[in-house]
Amino acid sequence: MTKKYIYTSYKEAIKDLKDDSSIMIGGFGVQGGQPTNLMLALRDLNLSNLTLIGNVAGISMVTGYGWKESDKDKIIDQSIFFKDKQVKKIICSFPIPSSRNTLSEIEKAWINEEAEIEIIPQGTLAEKIRAGGSGIPAFYTKTGVGTIVEKEKESKIINGEKFLLEYALNADVSLIKAFISDEKGNLIYKGTSRAFNPIMATASKLTIVEVDKIVSSKDIDPERIGTPGIYVDRIVTKNNELS
Amino acid sequence: MSYPKKLNKEDIAFRASLELPSDSYVNLGIGMPSLCAKYLQKEKNITFQAENGILGFNEISKEDEQDENLIDAGGQFLVKAPGMSFFDSAESFGMIRGNHLDMTVLGALQVSEKGDLANWMIKDRGIGSIGGAMDLVVGAKEVIVTMDHVTKENKPKILKECDFPLTGINCVNKIITDIAVIIVEDQGLILTEIAEGWSTEQVQSLTEPKLIVSNKLIRYITK
Repeated sequence: MTKKYIYTSYKEAIKDLKDDSSIMIGGFGVQGGQPTNLMLALRDLNLSNLTLIGNVAGISMVTGYGWKESDKDKIIDQSIFFKDKQVKKIICSFPIPSSRNTLSEIEKAWINEEAEIEIIPQGTLAEKIRAGGSGIPAFYTKTGVGTIVEKEKESKIINGEKFLLEYALNADVSLIKAFISDEKGNLIYKGTSRAFNPIMATASKLTIVEVDKIVSSKDIDPERIGTPGIYVDRIVTKNNELS
Repeated sequence: MSYPKKLNKEDIAFRASLELPSDSYVNLGIGMPSLCAKYLQKEKNITFQAENGILGFNEISKEDEQDENLIDAGGQFLVKAPGMSFFDSAESFGMIRGNHLDMTVLGALQVSEKGDLANWMIKDRGIGSIGGAMDLVVGAKEVIVTMDHVTKENKPKILKECDFPLTGINCVNKIITDIAVIIVEDQGLILTEIAEGWSTEQVQSLTEPKLIVSNKLIRYITK
């Protein structure tokens, strides 16, 4: 849809999301690039039976990982959805800190059998999402050969080497974060905030992006666009500079 | 058996830093491996990659100047530098799996004599974090492991077979520990360096598979 919906309220932007949805959460799992305000609004919507797709998940709130010293009192990560049992399953690459001193809400939910965790190698996860967004139903990769990841997967010898068949991953909704959007949904990212955002933008039926500001397309350089607006449905910001 | 003093983390990091090839692209794992960067010889012209989507960083940011959008995969905030580039996770792992990295340095829980690596899950915990490790071990041209030689309970971490879940098979090229440097070859594990005061028998007694002592065995290189 070329029509983009622009919101100044995170709550309004996600209010029609439903129980039982699959939701991709962008970023790497650190402060920069995480759609933190959309996540907080989603938590407050108090849905149930969600399937979340993230990368590093639930590490920051127990270790401070990836958050600036000056923001250590504001840390939010994907474990906020586990406290009130909103999640049925999370698919991610890094849900458990190496230290066992403090259990994350995700590990607690797993121990109490309240939520399922599917752990996927990070590169395979990224490629599954990229494939999902670009019409590739499956692909072969060497990652995970000879490990637990291989279990119950088809494999194939190509040029004398073994590869595993991995399937594409799509979701109902992607919540992502970018720096700037124009009114057409063209997105500009900053530094290392890209991570899973550009690929998750492509892989869901509904992509909602949280941005620092919206400016007119006349004021942004097309050479700098990281995600073309075709992938974006809703834009939400507290800083709408469109006149 | 009583043993001489072991080397420390800094010694391991220094020794691993000597492995980084000149003019190479390198990914350093979280923890001890990332300490390597501290000892880097500038003239080697090494470019670091972090799997969250950055190439070309070298300096860690001061605490009061941290930028949330300039960070490595281990969570260290970085200083912007000329020559840096940023990319998304699909491109980052395409780079990794596509054999474009010359080396990765990773931590380990266990390594087998065939060079199998286990570094993502302690068996009895039943759950762990794979992160980018499985992609790095199949994609990087060379895999260096840095770790303590034994567990806190004094059990060998270099084993005939790993009993923790594997990260990759036949993937480790060299093991740098707090008492020895060991190369993984087809014929077995070759002991090439040994810490000051240690005998080959003492190192062997803390290593499950039989070590082949190199005829060029030298003292472990330290600062």
